[in-house]
Amino acid sequence: MSNMSAMKKRLIKTLAESISGQVELFNTAEVECLIRDYNERLGEPTSPGKGAPGLDRVKFRSILQNTFGISDDIMMDRVFRKFDKDNDSSVSTKEWIEGLSIFLRGSLDDKIKFCFRVYDLNDDTLVSMEEMYHMLKNCLPGLPTKEERDEGVKDLVEITFKKMDRDHDGRLSFSDFEQSVKEENLLLEAFGTCLPNFKRVEAFEQRVFRELQK
Amino acid sequence: MGLSLTRAAQWTTAASGVDKLAPTPMNESLLKEVLCFVEQFSSQHPQEAELVFEEPLQWSTTLVASDFKTDYDISDLDVQSPEKDNEGRPLLQLFPPTVCVRSFSQLSKLVKLADNKKMEEVQACLEENRDPVVKILGPSLDSILEKEDAHTDGLSLVDEGKEEDQGKESDVKVKLFLLLQDLDKQLLSKCLKAMDGRVGLDPDAVRNEVEMLKRYCSEGEKRVLKSVRYTSDYVFSNGCRAPPWRQVLNEICYLVIEPCDTETLYITCSTAGVFLNGGINREGEQTSDVFEDIGALLKSTSPHFAQNANEQDFEAQELPPTQKTQHVESVDAEEQGQLQRSDEQQEKNVHEKAKQQHAPNKAHDRKKYEPCPRWKNLGLVSPCGKTPAGSVPVDTFSESSSESEEEEEQSERRPESDTDLPSEYWQIQKLVKYLKVGDQTATVLTLCAIMDFNLMQETCQLAIRDVGGLEVLINLLDTDEVQCKIGSLKILRKISHNVHIRRAIVDMGGLQSIMKNLDSPVKDLKALDAETIANVARFRRARRTVRQYGGIKKLVKLLDCVPNLANLTAEQEKDVEVARCGTLALWSCSKSTNNKEAIRKAGGVFMLGRLLKSPHENMLIPVVGTLQECASEEKYRIAIQTEGMIKDLVKNLSRDNDELQMHCANAIFKCAQDKQTRYLVRQYKGLQPLVSLLSKAHNKQLLAAATGAIWKCSISVENVTKFQEYKALETLLRLLTDQPEEVLVNVVGAVGEFAQIPDNKATIRNCGGIRSLVNLLTGTNQALLVNVTKAVGACATDMDNMIIIDKLDGVRLVWSLLKNPCADVQSSAAWALCQCIENAKDAGEMVRSLVGGLELIVNLLKSTNNEVLASICAAIAKIARNEENLAVLTDHGVVQLLTKLTNTTDDRLRRHLAEAVGHCCMWGSNRASFGDAGAVAPLVHYLKSKDKAVHKTTAMALYQLSRDPNNCITMHDRGVVKPLIYHMGSDDEMLLEAAAGCVRNIRLLAQENRKAKLFH
Repeated sequence: MSNMSAMKKRLIKTLAESISGQVELFNTAEVECLIRDYNERLGEPTSPGKGAPGLDRVKFRSILQNTFGISDDIMMDRVFRKFDKDNDSSVSTKEWIEGLSIFLRGSLDDKIKFCFRVYDLNDDTLVSMEEMYHMLKNCLPGLPTKEERDEGVKDLVEITFKKMDRDHDGRLSFSDFEQSVKEENLLLEAFGTCLPNFKRVEAFEQRVFRELQK
Repeated sequence: MGLSLTRAAQWTTAASGVDKLAPTPMNESLLKEVLCFVEQFSSQHPQEAELVFEEPLQWSTTLVASDFKTDYDISDLDVQSPEKDNEGRPLLQLFPPTVCVRSFSQLSKLVKLADNKKMEEVQACLEENRDPVVKILGPSLDSILEKEDAHTDGLSLVDEGKEEDQGKESDVKVKLFLLLQDLDKQLLSKCLKAMDGRVGLDPDAVRNEVEMLKRYCSEGEKRVLKSVRYTSDYVFSNGCRAPPWRQVLNEICYLVIEPCDTETLYITCSTAGVFLNGGINREGEQTSDVFEDIGALLKSTSPHFAQNANEQDFEAQELPPTQKTQHVESVDAEEQGQLQRSDEQQEKNVHEKAKQQHAPNKAHDRKKYEPCPRWKNLGLVSPCGKTPAGSVPVDTFSESSSESEEEEEQSERRPESDTDLPSEYWQIQKLVKYLKVGDQTATVLTLCAIMDFNLMQETCQLAIRDVGGLEVLINLLDTDEVQCKIGSLKILRKISHNVHIRRAIVDMGGLQSIMKNLDSPVKDLKALDAETIANVARFRRARRTVRQYGGIKKLVKLLDCVPNLANLTAEQEKDVEVARCGTLALWSCSKSTNNKEAIRKAGGVFMLGRLLKSPHENMLIPVVGTLQECASEEKYRIAIQTEGMIKDLVKNLSRDNDELQMHCANAIFKCAQDKQTRYLVRQYKGLQPLVSLLSKAHNKQLLAAATGAIWKCSISVENVTKFQEYKALETLLRLLTDQPEEVLVNVVGAVGEFAQIPDNKATIRNCGGIRSLVNLLTGTNQALLVNVTKAVGACATDMDNMIIIDKLDGVRLVWSLLKNPCADVQSSAAWALCQCIENAKDAGEMVRSLVGGLELIVNLLKSTNNEVLASICAAIAKIARNEENLAVLTDHGVVQLLTKLTNTTDDRLRRHLAEAVGHCCMWGSNRASFGDAGAVAPLVHYLKSKDKAVHKTTAMALYQLSRDPNNCITMHDRGVVKPLIYHMGSDDEMLLEAAAGCVRNIRLLAQENRKAKLFH
């Protein structure tokens, strides 16, 4: 048994070394912690040699909701897709850590890129008004009738679109988005919460990296 | 005496029911006034005091024959004064218990004799002579006084008086009459002031009602009244239109109203209610019942009014809201806040409804008011008991009264009707609605949309408030969503530049919510938060709230950063920004004294000292701004010096930023009261930059700060020498003309300090400074006058300067400043006079030429301010060197007045008092008089003082006094010899000689005595 765990440790270590070579924002020790956390979240111990299936959509969504406070359906789905770079419907160790590097340590530029990709629902490098409307359709829950809600959302989308379409070409490109956010940081998550807030990040880091802090 | 006294007395006797003055505080203060008038009368108006009364004032006194001194003829039966009138009747006669007095001089004497019973005497006199003026002046003159318009044409009166009686006596009589009339007015205004605070006048309510009634006077069928007008257009400061002597009777104003169906009505409005009067000039005669308001009176007299007024009630309801705000304009801040809030709440209700209805209309709004009868609405129902707006009791805050930059409430400009509302209003209303119903994402988007409005524009600021946006924004601060909080604060920090928004935020408790975020771990949030507080805490109540909810401590914590590292990381830069915003907030808060202390206790001084090392001006300005604000407190001044901040302040004087330079100069201005600080400023080479700031004469605030700093620094002579290298004096002298007073005060202060050095006195003369200084003597600013007199005094120590001062009539100007009500000005003027008299060529003649000057100066010996007394004593010592003038001083009773002061324990006063006594001995029997008055014994005691200067002047005074044998005996009895012998060993020759001379005189007397015994 101790043999097994020693072997596992060694495996994790090599994996951590290889990943930390690619992800700048974490050091090897931190990556190790993240891998262990990932394995715990995965539940069943992964036997060495076999390809890890990774986090599936359901597990990922529950992590997003419980750990990172992202609860909107569309957003959870979009974030999963952006984590799952190879589109195999599961988030591997490496994908997980890459994603987390933006969640936890990402610079404003990283985050702008990430958010824009999340909001670009059809991946055509533009956020259209329809996409906006789709993402924001439930954002005014306090209004009494559906008509009023639709009306309000439409109004809000129009105001926001007008505001962010810097080059006035009727489309929201990445550079429009980037400029707007740089000018007013609050617009980073303009169309839905897709990043964990400060408190969640802090709590997560404290829990996962607690060994390192000792 | 006539009007006010009889009226005021009536007014109170009615209350007590007996023919006596009730022991009310107002009566007491009236009595005191009268007493004071009588006491000073014979000294202030000697001629009038001798005038014989038409009829004697007679009353039963508590005085007995033994109370009268030897100057009276005392027999078994009665006491008579030696002075008689031209019919041979004594001017004062006492048949116990009745006393008859026929002149003011006798009255004055009697009052002095009565000593501690003088109040009772005056009271008895007034009670038993209900019309003293008639008795004094005879019925003919008094009747003129009774005419209510008498005071408006005093001149014609003088003529009348002349015609009636011939000769000098009538002249005096008229003067006396005018004096009495002055007293009368004085008493009246005093009464009114007292009543203002007590009685429930409400001129505002009357005014509002009259305004409204005037609306009924429209033409056409609907008109309800023909006309409404006041009998007088003049409004007194308390809002009344009735003349003062009728205000005493609680009357506010008189109206003439022409109804449509009855004859013209003459109406008196008083605090007790409204009634019909006897017509013009017979306003006091009440010819109807008393009604609670004008409306009620009209309804009972004019059926037409009663019928139509009700129909028009609604229209009258729509008084523009501004009327209410006007009403509170002059009220204390706290009060204002509340009133305004209630005002706002009403408004909010309107908007609440408007929202529900989506299309607000006037008819709907009107319904809301329906149940209230109109008159009640205006607060007219309560007949009295409401204090008028102007006299709300002064605030009870613990804060300093010297609050700087306290902002005043401005009346709001508000659009009159919905149609005038700008489009922004509706857009903001819509967005605020989204804020209320949206989720986090929508909230952030909406906040960003609101930020796109011009939030520095009042329309938008007030729109946010008016649609209830402030509540929503404040509520967001209590949530967990950092983005929402940041967005909310980004809006709040901008709109809080508006006075009304600030007050609204504080009124709804928003400041507490804002302060909660000061502990947030998110730095952007903290910085925004502090910045918002900096804006909101611009008025007293807000500052107090910050302190009471522990905001000061939290803000001081924000300052914890290292500002002067070469390379800052992004995080460190954020720390610096947080510290900067924190300092901004503390700067706003530091305008309250209690907050200054709280900042200090929270360790703010050290933190500020560290931030002072920052290289960035945007950090330095709030830091130095706070420091200079706090430097009004001594603890801060010490801390600024000991924490080594003077060096940094001096360094920043040279930065090319007017605002920063101004704050630095102000800080030095306040701190340089301390000697060590002055030394440090010189040490760190701060004097030159201060002088070079004088070239920025266009910026008056900066100039005031720089000249202030120069003034205080120049208190050290070494600094003056240094200043001279930079030609500071010449520059300062150029600033003596055409500058605002706050600059002049400092410039003149500095010139006064510079003039302590002989060379500079010539410079001042050569640059024409003397003339400028003398010109400033005619000003009214007390701080300026203190400094000007000081500077003139310093310049006068130079003979050539003194010639110019004399030529420009400067001495007379300084002398007349002795009449200034401010004690500081009085003493400063007196000190300047000392120098002038000492250095003038023919000082004796100069002093004599000032008519009434000596009397004025002797009378100031009655001052209660020790500094004034000391300066006056010093001046008297100088004046007394001239024999003729000393004779005049003696006539004015200088000996008695000086003697009265001898019991003082103030060494400064003692020193100059002894000097004055010493010099005043040189005339006639003054030595003996001092002895008789009892001045010797206390003077002997002065020798035990710890102050050497006191010893010297005392020894000299004692030497003079010892030339009177009786004084020698007193001195000897008091044990003068031992201390004198001690002082004979002094290094100071004058002290030594005086002490020795005094001992010699005592010895000689003893020898004479022995001889006399031997040969007897």
